[in-house]
Amino acid sequence: MTEITEVPSPFCGIGTDDLTIHVEGLSVKVSENGCAVNTPAFEQDITDTSARVNGKEVSLELAVAKAADLLRASNQPVIGGCATDVNGMRGVMAVADKAGAVVDNVNFPAARRNFLALQDTGWMTTTLAEIKNRCDFLLVVGVDLEGFSPRFFERYLWNKESMFLDDTSQRDVVYLGKVPSGEASTSPTGGKAKVIPCADADLPEVMAVLRALVKGRKIVAESVCGVAINDLQGIAEQLKAAKYGVVTWAAGALGFDHAELTVQMLCEMVKDINTMDTRCSGFPLGGKEGDQTANQVCGWTSAYPARTRFSSGFPEYDPFLYDSNVMLANGEADVLFWVQAFNSASVPPVTELPTVVVARSGMTFAKEPEVFIPIGTPGIDHAGHAYRLDNVIAIHLKKLRDSGLPSTAEVLNAIEHAL
Amino acid sequence: MLIKLTGGTVYDPASGIDGQVQNLYVQDGRFVKQPAADVKIDKEYDLKGKVVMSGAIDMHTHIGGGKGNIARMLIPEDHRKDPVHRSDITRSGCGHAMPSTFATGYRYAEMGYTAGFEPAILPVNARQAHMEMADIPILDKGGYVMLGSDDYLLRMLTAKKDQKAINDYVAWTMNAAKAIGVKVVNPGGINAFKFNQRKLELDEQNAHYGVSPRDILQVLATAVKEIGVKHPLHVHGCNLGVPGNLGTTLDTIQGIGGLPMHLTHIQFHSYGTEGDFKFSSGGAAIAEAINKNKNITADVGQILFGQTITASGDNMRQHANHGFANPNKWVCMDIECDAGCGVVPFKYRDQNFVNALQWAIGLEIFLLVDDPWRVFLTTDHPNGAPFTTYPHLIRLLMDKSFRNDMLSTIHPEAQKMTTLASIDREYSLQEIAILTRAGAAKLVGLDDRGSLGEGAWADITVYTDNADREKMFEKPDYVFKDGELVVVDGEVVHTKWGTTHIVRPDWDNSVEKGLEKYFNRFMTMKVGNFKISDDEMTEDGRGSLTTHSLNSVS
Repeated sequence: MTEITEVPSPFCGIGTDDLTIHVEGLSVKVSENGCAVNTPAFEQDITDTSARVNGKEVSLELAVAKAADLLRASNQPVIGGCATDVNGMRGVMAVADKAGAVVDNVNFPAARRNFLALQDTGWMTTTLAEIKNRCDFLLVVGVDLEGFSPRFFERYLWNKESMFLDDTSQRDVVYLGKVPSGEASTSPTGGKAKVIPCADADLPEVMAVLRALVKGRKIVAESVCGVAINDLQGIAEQLKAAKYGVVTWAAGALGFDHAELTVQMLCEMVKDINTMDTRCSGFPLGGKEGDQTANQVCGWTSAYPARTRFSSGFPEYDPFLYDSNVMLANGEADVLFWVQAFNSASVPPVTELPTVVVARSGMTFAKEPEVFIPIGTPGIDHAGHAYRLDNVIAIHLKKLRDSGLPSTAEVLNAIEHAL
Repeated sequence: MLIKLTGGTVYDPASGIDGQVQNLYVQDGRFVKQPAADVKIDKEYDLKGKVVMSGAIDMHTHIGGGKGNIARMLIPEDHRKDPVHRSDITRSGCGHAMPSTFATGYRYAEMGYTAGFEPAILPVNARQAHMEMADIPILDKGGYVMLGSDDYLLRMLTAKKDQKAINDYVAWTMNAAKAIGVKVVNPGGINAFKFNQRKLELDEQNAHYGVSPRDILQVLATAVKEIGVKHPLHVHGCNLGVPGNLGTTLDTIQGIGGLPMHLTHIQFHSYGTEGDFKFSSGGAAIAEAINKNKNITADVGQILFGQTITASGDNMRQHANHGFANPNKWVCMDIECDAGCGVVPFKYRDQNFVNALQWAIGLEIFLLVDDPWRVFLTTDHPNGAPFTTYPHLIRLLMDKSFRNDMLSTIHPEAQKMTTLASIDREYSLQEIAILTRAGAAKLVGLDDRGSLGEGAWADITVYTDNADREKMFEKPDYVFKDGELVVVDGEVVHTKWGTTHIVRPDWDNSVEKGLEKYFNRFMTMKVGNFKISDDEMTEDGRGSLTTHSLNSVS
């Protein structure tokens, strides 16, 4: 048995790198600092070790050749998933460029809400260490933060010491929208988060009123969507009184039409506060299953986010037209290529089209794909890089065991070579 | 493989050769002596009548790191009009102001550039900077690690740690981030912005730490010198873009007390407050100060008219300027108790008084600094203009009548506020070779680049002489990288991967004890996961590291 310490995780998005892991043969056990997200993701057993073509076990070379054949014969392949490490995503980009494919990250339907706001008006944001040391007021909008990230509060809010706060347990936390699922947001001295619940679909209206209050606009109504104006006024005052307020949201949790407008409202409110003689920052939550990684790598290699088409011989970005699910539904694609190195439950969309799946061992299918190539998981089976949710830090993932499974990059580079 | 380059007119300031007809010989990527008569030449290029220089080196260009990728994400509309098609040997890409990494490499190479240095690598973002640069083909690369607003250094200064401790921290950080130089941006100002300070003068104190920009410049410039790093402290000064910042810049030069210091994009720091619009040129005063103070070097950060995007670590100043965003969208970010960034799209217009005068101020500085070894050709890509404008800028420097024609088209009030029309100087080919090759290599601290001398790496650019210098410099006949032909007639014909240039100054191991404790108490990662190992730089199978020499340290 080998014990490996200071193990970074690509699964939780917040870049925890203090896990202790016991490895025995192919078995991996998180012995310290695990959580509901990381522990099962690390401990999942390897089941598939062999590639398959039409359900029959074949050599890796044969599966690669078959995948290349399908791409070569395709007029418009789409590469979905795109959930992998930096080198894996580099491989995806090289294949897409050569095959004229569409690249579409699995979390783009959520990320689009942020990109539309970013590309229309921009934002002001911060990162985890700034929150840990500076944040004196946290507003959580429309997300169950501890459900998203079980260790967020322990690591970044209720840390014992901070550089600029005398007592971290005195930080104020307010939830607007979704209600917290547990007690993680309760401070070590028992201070409870204030919760102002409303339905997700009411957030556009509630956020608009909150921004108006921040700007000192007069609101005549006494409530909005069942939320008392007085409660919102309280949030507005806390935001303006805070030295370093932070407003966090998860695009993936805003499951209503045109949620990008709510993201924009929130981001513009943060900008407003920075003109009122104090500081405030936005903090978008994400970073799971390589979504930041996909957008970063697609960003530097193509100049666009990870919903980009290469069939004209150069990159073209459209956050609506190149939605792989829409393309599949409209008959605009003829081959589906699915890359998912992190999550074997994240299966490709059901389609009658020829399908190539390059995915974490253990994926099961309603309909067996033409090609299935099981790959190793970055940070378990091979080293690699994954971006944390705050988009600045790429954590260097470790290799924990010798499974013999190829990496995403090895498989994608072989396919590109075969094209 | 032995290559002979026959009969070219050679401009190699590093070897003191100024326009002499010479043969050059290249073997295994480097220049070699003329071989004996019986040695077989494998390949000969007839360069009679051609101009031969070493590959150009951009010593300050934002080509790697998070803020550049934010800039890419922010302006898809700017990329759409500038696609780069894939070919059998090159990858697709796009982008005008902030192109994709592959397009960046090809476009630089197609202009005869063979190396570029990212001037603002945040220690926590160094992995990204290197990963992005690893996807820039053909070019060599490297970068300067940013310090001065990081809480660790400011805590050291407040705690009155001695210079030796600071030297150890600087050397350790350079090693951890794989850098060849040290940069400071708005010294302490990025940090002060987090405490809601909106400006920071040279002698103004950070509200929390009680440390001034002058203190930070002094300890960092001293550290860089004492650990033997050849590239002087690379300084983006206080008050960028503020009318009247001329005084701050002159004070910064005086205050450094003779220590080596490089002032970057100095055009943005050379403004007076005279005239009807309370905005005037400080070009002459700045050039005079550079001429007098031999410890000072500067790159210009020329602006050129058109759409671009500004991406800077200086979020204090970028936030102050967000009202100028065009199109009206922008990003500011506080980063990890380390630094920050601000990204603001800009459209410089020749009929805007301020922009027009900025253009003239940059050119005044180029033309009034006497010593071409101490001034460098940059647009602070993409902040003043995209790097693809360099051939145009070279023509402005080399061709007085062209320059004056351009001058006569800008905002008339700006024409009145510049002495540009009265400056007769025209840069020579040799001087351009100093600015963009020999001088840049020396300034960055590259041992065997920027020269056509025996033993140097064979990075070569061959041009057809043309009185229209813009046409000449935008389309070289040949470009060789490490002796391999990569560009013919301004088109990439072959690609390869360049190396990453670094230095490895020494530090005392005890420095890591303090850092480990600090990381465990306040940071969000373990110190062991923060450091970038040599293996990490090469595990993608195409990266390599080249370590350069240090000045001897007493």
